[in-house]
Amino acid sequence: MTPDLLAALAAARAAKRPTVLATRLPDGLQLLLPSAEAPPALAEAASRALGDDRSGTVKLADGDWFLHVHNPPVRLIVVGAVHIAQALVPFAVQLGLATTIVDPRRAFATDERFPDVAVSTDWPDEAMDRLAPDCRTAVVTLTHDPKLDDPALDRALRGAAFYIGALGSRKTHAARLARLRALGHDDAALARIHGPVGLNIAAVTAPEIALSIVAQIVAVRRGA
Amino acid sequence: MSTSEMEDVLGVAAAWRAAGEQVAVATVTETWGSSPRPAGSQMAVTASGRMAGSVSGGCIEGAVAEAAQTTIRSGAPQLLDFGVTNERAWEVGLACGGKVKLFVERLS
Repeated sequence: MTPDLLAALAAARAAKRPTVLATRLPDGLQLLLPSAEAPPALAEAASRALGDDRSGTVKLADGDWFLHVHNPPVRLIVVGAVHIAQALVPFAVQLGLATTIVDPRRAFATDERFPDVAVSTDWPDEAMDRLAPDCRTAVVTLTHDPKLDDPALDRALRGAAFYIGALGSRKTHAARLARLRALGHDDAALARIHGPVGLNIAAVTAPEIALSIVAQIVAVRRGA
Repeated sequence: MSTSEMEDVLGVAAAWRAAGEQVAVATVTETWGSSPRPAGSQMAVTASGRMAGSVSGGCIEGAVAEAAQTTIRSGAPQLLDFGVTNERAWEVGLACGGKVKLFVERLS
């Protein structure tokens, strides 16, 4: 691999641009895609690999090409800079989730409490509008406070987030669904919310609850 | 959660290269059966013997590191096959019974 190509790939990844490094096997001819100079068949295969988020080898007329997918990290938006959020962050970092903590309560949302991730003190609806959750984003609400959780869930349901989870008991969750229904969300939309949040591993402590949440995010993402 | 999110093997390799090391990178290009690491998994190796990342569950890393030294010396890329049907791999031991194909290249 040439220094120029390595630098271009590093720049694309730093800019969070979805990129494919294509290598012809076995001679090692390489190029980065998307590129205006790429042959159409290769461009199409690269685009499909990015969409599937899966690296692999394709057979084209001019040989076998290994397509190495470099998608930007999956994002995690956590609403509520609470104790469970602190327990969640190390798991999220380990899993490579680009994490943003959202909480307008400045006493909670401090860089000291969340040194490794982005922290936003915007109101959840404003933060969600800015962050624009897409199909590579998970959203988890942890505040228990309808003033903060509801606007975030409302915005999440209007977007394409692949995972939406809301902390709270069954009773709390039923009341939450009734409020969201009143905002115009139908049963199909509300069924997207995982509540009570997390896989049922009988979690008790904050790290255990965090583990159940990240496990559920992985399960949904991998189609378990 | 693609294969490269957690470990930035290429980043490590680039840093080693920038520090003056001779570096090769091995990348899993195809897998069959129950091989432990998906296509795109990478391992970086230096002439001085440093290693980062992994391309299997630890079964073939030693053999890959050896092949990487050849590529570092010659500059020629290699396509390697490891699997239970391959005698060399049998010695190396991909115990899971899977097969992997790897591309080894030098950072110039």
